[in-house]
Amino acid sequence: MFKFLFDRDTWQEVFDSLSKNKLRSALTMVGVWWGILLLIGLLGSARGLENSFNRLFGDFATNSVFFMGSTTSMPFKGFQEGRRVQLKIPDIKKVEENVEGIEFVVPRNMNLGTVNRNLLSGTFNVFGDFPTLDEVQKKKLIHGRFINQNDIDNRKKVAVISKNIYEQLFEKDEQAVGTRIEINNISYMVIGLFDVGNVNFGPSEDVHIPFTTFQQVYNQGDKIGFMMITGKPEYDITQIQKDTELILKNLNNVHPEDTRGFRSFNLGKEFGKITGFLTGMQFLTWFVGIATLIAGVFAIGNILLITVKERTKEIGVRRALGATPFEIKRQIVVEAVFLTLVAGILGIITGGWILILLDHFFGQGDDAAIVNASVSIGVVFIALIILVILGSLIGLIPAFKATSIKPIEALREE
Amino acid sequence: MLKINQLHKSYPIGDSSLHVLKGIDLTVDEGEMVAIMGSSGSGKSTLLNIIGMLDEADEGEYILDGLPIKNLTEKKAAVYRNKFLGFIFQSFNLINYKTALENVALPLYYQGMKRKERLEKALFHLEKVGLANWSHHLPKELSGGQKQRVAIARALAANPKLLLADEPTGALDTKTSYDIMAFIQQLNDEGKTILMVTHEEDIANMCKRIVRLRDGVIMEDKKVEQVRAEQYV
Repeated sequence: MFKFLFDRDTWQEVFDSLSKNKLRSALTMVGVWWGILLLIGLLGSARGLENSFNRLFGDFATNSVFFMGSTTSMPFKGFQEGRRVQLKIPDIKKVEENVEGIEFVVPRNMNLGTVNRNLLSGTFNVFGDFPTLDEVQKKKLIHGRFINQNDIDNRKKVAVISKNIYEQLFEKDEQAVGTRIEINNISYMVIGLFDVGNVNFGPSEDVHIPFTTFQQVYNQGDKIGFMMITGKPEYDITQIQKDTELILKNLNNVHPEDTRGFRSFNLGKEFGKITGFLTGMQFLTWFVGIATLIAGVFAIGNILLITVKERTKEIGVRRALGATPFEIKRQIVVEAVFLTLVAGILGIITGGWILILLDHFFGQGDDAAIVNASVSIGVVFIALIILVILGSLIGLIPAFKATSIKPIEALREE
Repeated sequence: MLKINQLHKSYPIGDSSLHVLKGIDLTVDEGEMVAIMGSSGSGKSTLLNIIGMLDEADEGEYILDGLPIKNLTEKKAAVYRNKFLGFIFQSFNLINYKTALENVALPLYYQGMKRKERLEKALFHLEKVGLANWSHHLPKELSGGQKQRVAIARALAANPKLLLADEPTGALDTKTSYDIMAFIQQLNDEGKTILMVTHEEDIANMCKRIVRLRDGVIMEDKKVEQVRAEQYV
């Protein structure tokens, strides 16, 4: 049935009739060419945006949730409402043991501190942290290292500082790691310098000191400022959030239906909003691209219909010479498919060039808006298959039109 | 070769219908050269179209080479046209973006013949009409007489049993007309059966038999002394 596709004559016929009117054939192809160019260009850009978002958020464990104590709004078990709830170290272990799907529970403390170095000083957020923080929120270290277990065990007076502090308290090109700074008049050794990411949730992080050191220096006892919980990838973070909240309420004598006892912030949910936006954009891209493509294919059908009208006499002659209606239809359909395919391939090539240009102008550097704008080969194949199918369907209209005229009427036409 | 019995054909015009052929009886033997004459509206073109299977009769019998032509599907009609009939038109009807050689090869293409064989055969027929040197020219580069020769070569390419010519000299000047007629006579001499529609007396007299139609019936059917065209060339 498809043997004719490998026949040189079929293509000779198609080539002859298309090259007979080059301008018209070229104009016919513009619609489809434009459609597929848009599709490739938009899909590639959407992918580039997604990549750039992923790069921005790459430092965070996105399936995580923050918890901090707040004030109750309902009386419970003899406690009055308006009580301040305070998270404590033992809560950590309970949460780790009882909530399913937890990967890390990272307790944190935070305080404002005055940081001095020589004659320069400033007020910054000081955090008491465990080494596990680096697991849930990757620090971009420029020099040195993050807090380790040894620092925790020995309550060392060491600090990891942000580039922000470095720029305010240090001279340009000065070596920070190994020098000493004072936080609230206590001397700390700088062991690491980190760069702040482009995206931040919560207060800016300026100085990290060991959690145990923080406990001692600020006389915190068992208190925890807030905790960060990350779930294993296969678990739903919203469920983990619910389970954790229930356990914490139980441990701290908060009414199960009290919505105020703890405050929490679900990073996974926030992140989901952004990825949802990206998915929406991809959907829109497909929609616009395919719609334009269909419009383009219709344009091809339209012009072929006019062509058929113009070629009525030629078709009559061919039929007088022994062409069967099927052969006439087949030729017109092959012409339609050939036009759509060539236009499609040209569109894919020019779309690729556009992505290369986008990458060249907007895709360079660390804070590029579009990262690695590209489409997968699979998408290209799907687009081509769609084109072949649409092309043959649309070709059927002029094909049937061509053979609906009797050869005698076709020949009579002047 | 060809036998027609009580053929009727009418065309609907608005509510009424126009009865174009009112019972035609015609028999043509192999090797004959018949001119169908008549004023416009006499039904001569309709008769030729029915014989050429481009149109179908309402009533009556049409037998071509022992084969009854009746209720043909479009596909079957196409195959029969290709196998039995060669068409020569008044306006040549060459495909304008194909070279002379490709035009001649077209009926063979629809027979499914291989390209090389087909082009060889087409060239042979072009040689026969004396246009081998023009094989790679497009129709627009040829004169009227040359175009009609290409069309004749195309009609001959599939080696049909019957050549049908609809006013073959209608678009040509007198000298070229006689030139073409001389060639058609030569084909007849070689044994081809030829049926042509014309309204020119001198052209009709170059055939061997004249059938005159008027208002859808045969008025006169007579054998004539053939006037050879060569003497005017």
